[in-house]
Amino acid sequence: MNRLDVVGKREPMLDAWDKAMGRARFTDDLTLPGMLYGKILRSPLAHAKILHVDLSKAKKVAGVKGAISGKDIPKKKYGIVPMAKDEYALAIEKVRYIGDEVAAVVATTWEAAEEAISKIRVDFEELPAVFDPIEAMKPGAPIIHEEVPNNVSAKIHKEFGNVEKAFGESDFLFEDTFETQAVNHAPLEPHAALAIVDPYGKVTLWASTQIPFFLRRNLATALDIPESKVRVIKPKVGGGFGQKIDQYAKDFCAAFFAAKTGKPVKFVYEREEVFTCTRQRHPMHIQLKTGMKKDGTIWSQQFKVIADGGAYNSTAPLMITLACFFIMLPYRLENLLFEGYHVYTNKPVGGAMRGHGIPQVRFAVETQLDRISEKMEIDPLDLRLKNAFQAGEPHPAKLLVQSCGFSDTLRKAAEEIGWKEKRGKLPFGRGVGLAGASFPSGVSNMSHISSGAIVKIERDGSITLLTGAADIGQGAETVISQIAAEELGVPLEDIRITAADTEITPLDPGTFGSGVTLRAGNAAKMAACSAKEKLLEAVAEKMEARSEDLEAKNRRIYVKGSPERGMSFQEAIKYYQYSDRPMPIIGRGSYSPPAKEPTTLLKENGNFSPAYSFMTQAAEVEVDTRTGKVKVLKMVASHDCGRAINPMLVEGQLEGSVVGGMGQALYEDVMTEKGQVLNPSFLDYGLPTAMEIPSIISVEVETDDPEGPFGAKESGEGTQLAPAPAIINAIYDAIGVRFHSLPVTPEKVLKALHEKKK
Amino acid sequence: MKKILKLQVNGEEFEVLTETHKTLLEVLREDLGLTGTKRGCDLGTCGACTVLIEGKPYLSCLTLAIDVQRKKIITIEGLSEQGKPHPLQKAFVEKGAIQCGFCTPGMILTAKAFLDQHPHPQEGEVKRAISGNLCRCTGYVKIVEAILSTIE
Ligand code: FES
Ligand code: FES
Repeated sequence: MNRLDVVGKREPMLDAWDKAMGRARFTDDLTLPGMLYGKILRSPLAHAKILHVDLSKAKKVAGVKGAISGKDIPKKKYGIVPMAKDEYALAIEKVRYIGDEVAAVVATTWEAAEEAISKIRVDFEELPAVFDPIEAMKPGAPIIHEEVPNNVSAKIHKEFGNVEKAFGESDFLFEDTFETQAVNHAPLEPHAALAIVDPYGKVTLWASTQIPFFLRRNLATALDIPESKVRVIKPKVGGGFGQKIDQYAKDFCAAFFAAKTGKPVKFVYEREEVFTCTRQRHPMHIQLKTGMKKDGTIWSQQFKVIADGGAYNSTAPLMITLACFFIMLPYRLENLLFEGYHVYTNKPVGGAMRGHGIPQVRFAVETQLDRISEKMEIDPLDLRLKNAFQAGEPHPAKLLVQSCGFSDTLRKAAEEIGWKEKRGKLPFGRGVGLAGASFPSGVSNMSHISSGAIVKIERDGSITLLTGAADIGQGAETVISQIAAEELGVPLEDIRITAADTEITPLDPGTFGSGVTLRAGNAAKMAACSAKEKLLEAVAEKMEARSEDLEAKNRRIYVKGSPERGMSFQEAIKYYQYSDRPMPIIGRGSYSPPAKEPTTLLKENGNFSPAYSFMTQAAEVEVDTRTGKVKVLKMVASHDCGRAINPMLVEGQLEGSVVGGMGQALYEDVMTEKGQVLNPSFLDYGLPTAMEIPSIISVEVETDDPEGPFGAKESGEGTQLAPAPAIINAIYDAIGVRFHSLPVTPEKVLKALHEKKK
Repeated sequence: MKKILKLQVNGEEFEVLTETHKTLLEVLREDLGLTGTKRGCDLGTCGACTVLIEGKPYLSCLTLAIDVQRKKIITIEGLSEQGKPHPLQKAFVEKGAIQCGFCTPGMILTAKAFLDQHPHPQEGEVKRAISGNLCRCTGYVKIVEAILSTIE
């Protein structure tokens, strides 16, 4: 490939200055004249029939401009996955968890809205509730959604090869069970929405969302109006990590009240609502049986997962599919049987969270692999290397892996952590561990997963890029601009980007499944290329050359290999206009990942993603045997993200993701008792602070993926898959105790050490 | 009950007619339009709302506006001098210490107050100083790097 000028550069985010100076506007920073403020009344009960909602007293509070309950809204279910729609914006007839939305009010001040909420009287008839997914699956358990009699709202069951036979052929069998906890995404910006409605019924919604176009669709469904009557604009978003994928009551209520009152309406969630009433990582029960050949080949695996979905589906079918399919990567595995169940309970709702169902599974697989390697007396690194998947190998589920740096990530992570010198050789209380994983770069199995981009070159030579991609703080706008700039042969500062406004920018599925760089990046590259071609054609005419022989670089267009034979970008624009070609120059790109056999994977197999990233995490820990506290000293994140478009942003993604994974391994836990969240605040929850962070080394393993723009793949999400098992394996190396449930708190460590002594 | 409050923010004098129970965070954001100060929890647990009062970091969500009248208040919007960004702002931008940017204003102001008191800190002291400011995006690595890079 040609030398790259903009791609591969450590560029600060385009909006970093605005953020540093306090100029960046997030949804809650927007105000409009006459704006009303909204509040939501939530269910105090885990499971109950709503007999009656009395809004009369609330409506009488001074300043109140409207109050509604489920009875007042269209009876239209919505949900992020079309086949799994099961939510109303406000509960109709029944509440299903503590925090479920019962009613909403708007008023001229927050205080009035709050007072009105306290005046709403609801008559409930309490129903028996169920809080454990295994209980919920049993016959006779309370039914949470009438149309799902056994509470299993999504399931998957598949076999590759012949597992029974392969277990028979195995020399060693290992069986373990694992449990993981609920984790909150905890973006620093609480969820917010602001809506206006024009006299013709057109809704404009500013929202803290990761997926403006899906939100447009869901909002239209819930309001029962055409999609063309909804415009969603995404201001700056203060982190999402998957939690801002779903539509929430705040979006619907803001739009609904704006239509009713003719005024702008704002809803902002409190931190407690973020912890209890949005989404969380699914707690899972996992059973894993593995058959090994003497030579260290992973020969057969049987896997059963029961995911606690809480009261609604959110991404249920997708989550359970990912959990099961990504047990098959990053290792070669011919015989596999998996069963996955997403089960309703009367608890906070599970949803997509960084890694989306896979971190829990990797915890099980990677810690069991460590146990296997000990039993079989094979070094855990060698065992992984032996079974590591390679690019181009046929995959039993028909995943198409065109680039794969997994083995390299293993070697480099091991080297960086000092594996050979440290593993099994450190004093008691100190240890190292590692774990591997793979993640898709977006999903290629649904037709609506397409991205568009438009590049406009104006009369003065300035360039505007329109993308539907949703930057939520990861730097999507910067990366996409870098891609367009590279293609056009101009520096990054020449590109102005407008993003994520459903009325102005082209369709994009948004930020999820780690597909943004690949999808929206490819669309931007195509758009830039098509604009460039128009310009090259004009220059070719002027220079009496063929346009294929020209290239654009450093703000010049010239004959390939001879920069002196050509003209500047500005001159080219001038010539373009003087030669009576119509302005502006517009380039379009529409990209959809190639999918030969469209599939949801739930039933059929097929290639799931246009590209797969691979990663290894290595950890060094120190366990204080007096207090039980685990301190992570060092983490190595070795990641094959294809080509890094912006290495500084990739590092930032890795570092943030590693610390999130560490939180999940050691501290974070949304604790509930009878469906009540016990720790819905930062004070009690256990988000890692600067005090806990280890030294983090990011090692980028570059591969050049044929499908990614300039070879790029996913970088931010996959990294969260393996920190927890790497840390847990390191704890074993340190104190000789294997933990099968997360998080590994000091209490668990002390108890385990105590039992070990006996 | 409403009252006229006299506030001195970013070197300017303001008179605000507002409810006496309002927090400084509310007054800054809602009455003065200074939305650079962020609300992450409203409970004193995240640090996003940090401002400087007489040079010291305060959580504006736990501070009543009425209590800080006539005191020198600095918000993120007032940190630059004559349009020139503070070295911390520059370092945060250049070192990649900003992702979503929601924690950034509070983080920068906390760091500024700390460095004013401790011009030559060790890395561990920096970490301790910002440990009341949560960030979910960066893993703090580049934030610590950025802060340390401003020490000559
Ligand atoms: S908003 Fe003040 S500490 Fe979180
Ligand atoms: S940059 Fe997003 S919370 Fe710190």
